[in-house]
Amino acid sequence: MRRRLLIAVPYVWLLALFLIPFAVVFKISLSDIALAIPPYTPTAKDGIWNMLTGLDFENFVFLSEDDLYWKAYLSSLQIAFISTLLTLCVGYPMAYAMARAPEQWRPTLLMLVILPFWTSFLIRVYAWVGILSGEGFLNQFLLWIGVISTPLTILNTNTAVYIGIVYTYLPFMILPIYSALDRLDGSLIEAAEDLGCSRIKAFWLVTIPLSKNGIIAGCFLVFIPALGEFVIPSLLGGSGTLMIGKVLFEEFFSNRDWPVASAVAVILLLILIIPIVLFQRNEQRQAEAEK
Amino acid sequence: MAETVFAPWDDPEQKPLIRFRNVTKRFGDFTAIDDLTLDIFEQEFFALLGPSGCGKTTMMRMLAGFENPTSGAIELAGQDIAGIPPNKRAVNMMFQSYALFPHLSIWDNIAFGLRRESSDKAAIASRVEEMLKLTRLEKFARRKPHQISGGQRQRVALARSLAKAPKLLLLDEPLGALDAKLREATQFELMDIQEKTGTTFVIVTHDQEEAMTVASRVAVMDEGRVMQVATPQRIYEAPNSSYVADFIGDVTLIEGTARARAQAPEAPNTAVPQSSAPRGPSPNALGVWLHDKVLAPVIGTRTDTQLQLPPPDKSDTTLSVLSRDIPEGGIDIAWSDSQPPLIALDADAALDGAQVTLALRPEKVSISKTRPDGAVNALKGTVIDIAYLGNLSTYHVELAGGVMIKAQTANTRRVSRREITWEDEVWVSWSGTAGVVLST
Ligand SMILES: Nc1ncnc2c1ncn2[C@@H]1O[C@H](COP(=O)(O)OP(=O)(O)OP(=O)(O)O)[C@@H](O)[C@H]1O
Ligand SMILES: [Mg+2]
Repeated sequence: MRRRLLIAVPYVWLLALFLIPFAVVFKISLSDIALAIPPYTPTAKDGIWNMLTGLDFENFVFLSEDDLYWKAYLSSLQIAFISTLLTLCVGYPMAYAMARAPEQWRPTLLMLVILPFWTSFLIRVYAWVGILSGEGFLNQFLLWIGVISTPLTILNTNTAVYIGIVYTYLPFMILPIYSALDRLDGSLIEAAEDLGCSRIKAFWLVTIPLSKNGIIAGCFLVFIPALGEFVIPSLLGGSGTLMIGKVLFEEFFSNRDWPVASAVAVILLLILIIPIVLFQRNEQRQAEAEK
Repeated sequence: MAETVFAPWDDPEQKPLIRFRNVTKRFGDFTAIDDLTLDIFEQEFFALLGPSGCGKTTMMRMLAGFENPTSGAIELAGQDIAGIPPNKRAVNMMFQSYALFPHLSIWDNIAFGLRRESSDKAAIASRVEEMLKLTRLEKFARRKPHQISGGQRQRVALARSLAKAPKLLLLDEPLGALDAKLREATQFELMDIQEKTGTTFVIVTHDQEEAMTVASRVAVMDEGRVMQVATPQRIYEAPNSSYVADFIGDVTLIEGTARARAQAPEAPNTAVPQSSAPRGPSPNALGVWLHDKVLAPVIGTRTDTQLQLPPPDKSDTTLSVLSRDIPEGGIDIAWSDSQPPLIALDADAALDGAQVTLALRPEKVSISKTRPDGAVNALKGTVIDIAYLGNLSTYHVELAGGVMIKAQTANTRRVSRREITWEDEVWVSWSGTAGVVLST
């Protein structure tokens, strides 16, 4: 009995925090916009039967017809993909250096990676506005050392979005890779070198394959939230930065079109299910390999 | 034609393959290898023996190129190898921890080194198959390392290091996890490979029997120093220190003071004591009267004849020997106040007066119920313990002073018929040349 209760806890959690909200959002996505509070119809006030018969897939049809939406999805996928790659390129060497650092330094390094979380995410992204803007620190510094003569336009471009995403999600990339590299037995590298590999070859043939699970986990942990990212593109991105998170926000708060916004969210979730399932499978395989 | 003995270490003309010259390795302020000088010759099967943590793995790691000596130089084929990276050395190492690649199958693990130097798929495949067959792993070729047993993993590691047929092969405890039968088979396999390919082997082992079986020479190490390097036979028969004697095989060590016996020692005093005149009670008149009147009815009449004990019986003496049987020379070792000195005939008389240790191998000590005739050294004691080893039995015999001596006999009879058992009074004896006298 107690065991069953214990097993039930995560399911209750999942039900309360994911499935029920999803059901609510899904229901709204099937409703119609209305000038009311809440701004959609039908609602439960109309009676269950009326509510259920009043639902339709109108909003999804609308999404497929207006190319703004699928362009936003594609552009989001592209931005999330590129920034995940960039985060990997920055994060892997950092994780590698941490795993190779002397034992007594590692806790400190680990803490430094997590340290940014102690400040509000919003404030940190705002700080980048100050760094990247025309008169920002970066331009001033570059002008001062004489690399450039006119300020660079970085803020309000996709570049700024990439910088913001890489900066924000870097710890999510570093931590799983670090944990994989930390477990890696140093004698395996030695064995590879002993059998005729150069340092670089040993890295490719042993270190990378053995940190593969960490890389995959890190990439999903960056890709999944980056895909629906709203704050970074709206603060750092320009008018040309099209991301589905931003579209979602506009639909909800500017247009007050909850049903369309919900439909956008449902499709986003459907797109995300694929990587989430892949991520789960990776975790499972990793757990099995460690047994 | 007489078969030439393989002994390049005795030939000053021979150039060693590996030469450690005053090599010291420190980790922080801990000295793992202490001023090591050692030559290993081509085609040798060189065994490193020593207690855990004495620096065996460190020595191998320096040869493989994973550690650099703190001072001193290591030469491989006459060339100083400091600074040459591991992948550029014609040396392969089998790791004590196996270091198998967990993401590769057994087959790919073995092929790993081969793929680095050749792209001939067919040649690689046939070599891998050969190695699999040698280590009897054919059935497991497709499995991953975590799907096989510890002993199988050890064989994979061995196969992987053998596959490239390197000039120098370093095996760090290659057979420890194998069962006795497989271990023996693999030992012979290793010797066979060595004979066929002429590879030089350096092998770490905790199994002395293994070292004795396979090695051309054995180095006994202690705390980063080499205590003795010699052929297995010499290490066993003529250890140069009590450390080596104690470390290799079973041994009884008896400490004492050496005394040269240039001539035969003075005959042990076995003569009948010659008192000037036999002395008996000589009562006065009153005494005689009292005896006759009071005691005579009870204990009988008095005589004046002297009763004497018979002279000591030769078979009952605890003295070591009868001098006439023993050749001259060697030393005596005085080791106990209550026991006769021990005699070592082949020891150097120059040790006179020095503190020495006599090392006695149990199989060179005989045990019997009666004092054996003509034994140079014979001591009486009690059987405290008997260790049954199947083909042999080792008797632990405690002497009068509390010293334990081990004696070994072959079990030619069934145990139930054994004539010596616990608590028996026995004699242990050994010849004048059975023990090794060690001055350190
Ligand atoms: N990287 C290192 N840092 C500090 N000390 C080390 C290091 N490597 C080895 N040592 C020390 O050097 C000594 C010798 O180690 P080594 O591994 O050579 O022992 P070993 O003879 O192979 O022992 P075993 O039979 O247990 O394998 C040990 O006391 C060990 O603690
Ligand atoms: Mg070792």
